[in-house]
Amino acid sequence: MSELSEASGLLGYVWLLVAIPAASAAVLLLAGRRADRWGHLLGCASVGAAFLLGLGMFGQLADLDEHRRAVEQQLWTFLAVGDLRVDFGLLFDPLAAVFVLLITGVGFLIHVYAVGYLAHAPHDQTHESAGTARRRFFGYFNLFVAAMLVLVLGNNYLLLYVGWEGVGLASYLLIAFWFSRPAAATAGKKAFLMNRVGDAGFILAIFLLFAQVGTVQFSGVFAGVAGMSSTVLLVLGLLLLLGATGKSGQFPLQAWLPDAMEGPTPVSALIHAATMVTAGVYLIARSHPIFSANLTLQTVVVSVGAATLLIGAIIGCAKDDIKRVLAWSTVSQIGYMFLAVGLGGVAYALGLIHLLAHGFFKAGLFLGAGSVMRGMDDQVDIRRFGGLWRFLPITWATFGLAWLAIIGIPPLSGFFSKDPIIAAAFDRPGWTGWLFGGAALLGAGLTAFYMTRLFVLTFHGPKRWTEGQRPHESPPVMTIPLILLAVGTVAAGWLMSTSVVDWLTPVFGEAPEPHGLLSHGQVTALTMAVVVIGGVGGWAMFRNGTALAPAPAGPVVTAARANLYGDAVNAALFEKPGRWLTRALVYVDNKGIDGIVNGLAAAVGGGSARIRRLQTGFVRSYAMSMLLGALLIVGAFVAVQAGWFA
Amino acid sequence: MNDFPYLSVLTAAPLVGAVVVALLPRHRPELAKRVALGWSLAVLVLAGAAWAAFEAGGDRMQLRESYPWIPRWGVSFTFAADGIALVMLALIALLVPLVILASWHDADSPGAKRSVPAFFALILVLETTMIGVFAAADVFLFYVFFEVMLVPMYFLIGSYGGARRQYAAVKFFLYALAGGLFMLAAVVGLWVAGGQTLDWQLLTQADLSTGVERWLFLGFFLAFAIKAPFFPFHTWLPDAGGAAPAGVAALLVGLLDKVATFGILRYSLPLFPDAARWFAPAALTLAVIGIIYAALLAVGQNDLKRLVAYTSIAHFGFIGVGIFAFTSQAGTGAVLYMVNHGLATGLLFLVVGMLVARRGSALITDFGGAGKLVPVLAGVLLFAGLASLSLPGLAPFVSEFLVLVGTFTVNKPVAVISTIGIILAAGYVLWMIQRTTQGTLNPTLSSVEPMRRDLSLRESFVVAPMIVLIIVLGLYPKPLTDVINPAVEATLTHVDATDPAPEVPEAQP
Amino acid sequence: MPGPEHYVALSALLFTIGAVGVLVRRNAIVLFMCIELMLNAANLALVTFARLHGDLNGQVMAFFVMVVAAAEVVVGLAIIMLIFRTRRSASVDDSNLLKY
Repeated sequence: MSELSEASGLLGYVWLLVAIPAASAAVLLLAGRRADRWGHLLGCASVGAAFLLGLGMFGQLADLDEHRRAVEQQLWTFLAVGDLRVDFGLLFDPLAAVFVLLITGVGFLIHVYAVGYLAHAPHDQTHESAGTARRRFFGYFNLFVAAMLVLVLGNNYLLLYVGWEGVGLASYLLIAFWFSRPAAATAGKKAFLMNRVGDAGFILAIFLLFAQVGTVQFSGVFAGVAGMSSTVLLVLGLLLLLGATGKSGQFPLQAWLPDAMEGPTPVSALIHAATMVTAGVYLIARSHPIFSANLTLQTVVVSVGAATLLIGAIIGCAKDDIKRVLAWSTVSQIGYMFLAVGLGGVAYALGLIHLLAHGFFKAGLFLGAGSVMRGMDDQVDIRRFGGLWRFLPITWATFGLAWLAIIGIPPLSGFFSKDPIIAAAFDRPGWTGWLFGGAALLGAGLTAFYMTRLFVLTFHGPKRWTEGQRPHESPPVMTIPLILLAVGTVAAGWLMSTSVVDWLTPVFGEAPEPHGLLSHGQVTALTMAVVVIGGVGGWAMFRNGTALAPAPAGPVVTAARANLYGDAVNAALFEKPGRWLTRALVYVDNKGIDGIVNGLAAAVGGGSARIRRLQTGFVRSYAMSMLLGALLIVGAFVAVQAGWFA
Repeated sequence: MNDFPYLSVLTAAPLVGAVVVALLPRHRPELAKRVALGWSLAVLVLAGAAWAAFEAGGDRMQLRESYPWIPRWGVSFTFAADGIALVMLALIALLVPLVILASWHDADSPGAKRSVPAFFALILVLETTMIGVFAAADVFLFYVFFEVMLVPMYFLIGSYGGARRQYAAVKFFLYALAGGLFMLAAVVGLWVAGGQTLDWQLLTQADLSTGVERWLFLGFFLAFAIKAPFFPFHTWLPDAGGAAPAGVAALLVGLLDKVATFGILRYSLPLFPDAARWFAPAALTLAVIGIIYAALLAVGQNDLKRLVAYTSIAHFGFIGVGIFAFTSQAGTGAVLYMVNHGLATGLLFLVVGMLVARRGSALITDFGGAGKLVPVLAGVLLFAGLASLSLPGLAPFVSEFLVLVGTFTVNKPVAVISTIGIILAAGYVLWMIQRTTQGTLNPTLSSVEPMRRDLSLRESFVVAPMIVLIIVLGLYPKPLTDVINPAVEATLTHVDATDPAPEVPEAQP
Repeated sequence: MPGPEHYVALSALLFTIGAVGVLVRRNAIVLFMCIELMLNAANLALVTFARLHGDLNGQVMAFFVMVVAAAEVVVGLAIIMLIFRTRRSASVDDSNLLKY
């Protein structure tokens, strides 16, 4: 960790980064219909302002000495009870700066795009006007940006958690944006619930941190890592990893991410591709002293990454919904990032570079997909596209660049970010290097295959449109962000692969010398070969289009179409037993516990009904009982007097 | 102005108001409503003044007053407040006017069979007894308020409730009375064993033998466990909460039941510290079972009000865990939880009440897609639900975090199992939201005319203060924790508990 | 010269006759007379014991009993009269409406 610097100049206003979008969100959500006409402009302006502010701060941070390149700002005391003290403090260091720029920069472009995308609320199933829907949308969008900035700027784990759940909320609201569509409502709930499972792990990790070191602030925690036993470190890391897998859609909590595509397309681009889902990577990168301190932990992270990148890629090959293919591709690409940050050392920076690059090209892909959908009356089935390059030239060009980037063709950004990760995976000593390197390599080939399939089926080959469709290019408010993202995709690769590593050195430390199984050159050659095979194979197979209905296929494809049975496993293991348990408990509560209570009441009532019968109404029997009572008392009296009980 | 008798005036004021409201003619309901609202607002102002007179860092028991009552028994009208009581008093004073405003039309009935002034008078009587029970510093006085509190609530549920109100009211009354009986026995025992006095401060120094202490603790604990309620004494709450008018249910769950957890902190722990430690594992077990069990039951409910009642039982489990973990974080968290739960669940009950009043049914299956018809109301429902599931940034999260983190430092299994409760909380809240406000519009819903009216101005005055407080206290809970923490630490000193030190001490920054 | 024990024995005898009468007879008037018998048996005992102890408490008590008995007869006979008028019967077994 580097030393802190004085928060001077622009850097004294880090809080504004959070405050601007938050205030804007509050205005948009509370102002009501009055804001319908200008709400989207405010929404864009606030994120744009945050981006400019972030850019200025980035510049100031870069001017600082390399070893003192971080500023902290304590706003107020959040909690102070006993030994627990948590400040509402913000930390602006190189890692946070990178994320701030990604979130606000890409976020701003997507905001602008959304202005056009939501201009005519496409599926009006809510009763609100298009303006109201759009205002609500930008309110949620700004809320998301604010929460995401809290997540990356917080200087302690609790604040990170606050942002963490905040983005979860925004994601829930946006997935279920068309809330009257049952599928959207269900998908939103599913996302929140699966995230909560991960969050439970995260918050347990926070408890463990407090129990161990008495603080949850990053600086204090990392100072205490050396004193923790390896068991504690392992548990701690696994809990954090659980949180990270939930938010990032990694195995075993990956099932919510593809369903999240029920949200409007800009949501998929911003939240479920470019920013929020990378929060897990951020968490692991931020906690690198913990993860670097335990080898078993690193292996687990790498395994999760490798497994997920293959799962995502395999399922991606079998899907026909343009957004779901992209969603599974996101799952897969984040798998690469997990793989990288799990490798430790310099690979942390590689994971983050891939994250940045991915932020650009995946946002471009999703926005391009949105543009295609707008042109094709919200059709999402790639079997119903074909030959669109002529009708949507800008979308075609930008989508094409992003496609080349994601499959890793030089000199686009994906090449500079993915290739070193594969090389680093091969660098792992022993058989694990072969295993993980091989998985990463295979994933690269599969990526090339399914992305090529997507691209070819959408833009080339014969037209397979439904009747009466007239594809048209999107308005400039949508295409300009596409172009800018494409420029980023082209330019960023080279820029990042050289400078970001140096920039992040104060956070992660110097790069050790690689001692790999294969030289970097060999890995690059191998990767390119695999990618070309996958790409050309995909092109050749789908050049002439595809059947309009799913053809019967072998077990692998069937399994992939069913998401490798992830949902089925969840249903069988959790959903069905959960429902059964709930029903059983409701029965137990009503008939068992309440039954005992009501049974007691009934017993008392029944008993009195019997005893009541003694009240016969015959005066003589009352007289008899009085006499007997009197005799009893006299008898007892006499007995006591006579001393029988003495 | 510091020797102004705040607490006794605060206790008596709503009662005077109740008499005034009750004497108003039956045929002028609007006047009764206005007087009741104005009076409760005056009480709120008075409570604010009491808050200002309280010094956060001062003595534990402040604003003390004492008047002789039955000197032969050592019983007196003694009032005093510590930080725990103070925040609860403030919460009562705040919630009652909001509930009166929210219940504006609850007592109106076409046949005018039920008296409107009586309804609001009963609410004010209830306020008196609730303030009294929190302000009392004499065990007997506490007991008297504890029992008298049942009477106005019984009539509010039994006369103004929905279907099965008689059953619910009688069940509520009998349950609470049974608990009160145990407590009465324990109070008598305490008087005998504790030196023939019932003054709280004298009793804390009393020296009780182990056996006696345990029995007395058990007597008090049973009363409180029924009142809270903890599993397995909980089945009266869903019935009462389901049958009571929404505003009354908010008072019942948000305030009245807090007497139990407050009583444990104020009486059970300081008076019987050894027994409290001895019983703590059992109490923790009940609390943890309650968290999971009630959450699962909440998932399975098809009645909005019963669902909210079950969520409250789960939340009371968290409070119980916080109290019996015996760390300053958990204890402060538990007290904070009492306040935040009052706000969040109070809001949830009131909003649910607004929906139910429009629809004329509390069954979830009678709703569906309501967000289309009443978007703002649906938004408030979502907000209340999110507060209830402890979303970070909202007040309940702070308390839940404190409870769990404090518990984790001393008892990991309990904390881990309780954490499962926060996943379940997301489940029952979101599923409820989905079935009521999201999805395709239930066709019968749009034919119900009142369902087309969104949040009215009166209703927005009810929800706005609560929403603002939930957000502010979620980001800046310090004003409350500063008041609560000294009282909790003092309580923990009685139990002789200290926070464990971090296991890696050199890491302190 | 009869001693106090004779008076007590007579009192017990009278009381027993009254008690048995109340238990076995049905006619309300007879029942009433039996009750009077018991009351006066008690009176006799009171007076006897007063004499025995040499103070007036017992005799005063006997006066109270007489006053109460007189009042009882007034109210009781009125009730019996009314019942007889409505039901044409003075049997107490017929007046058993006040039961479960």
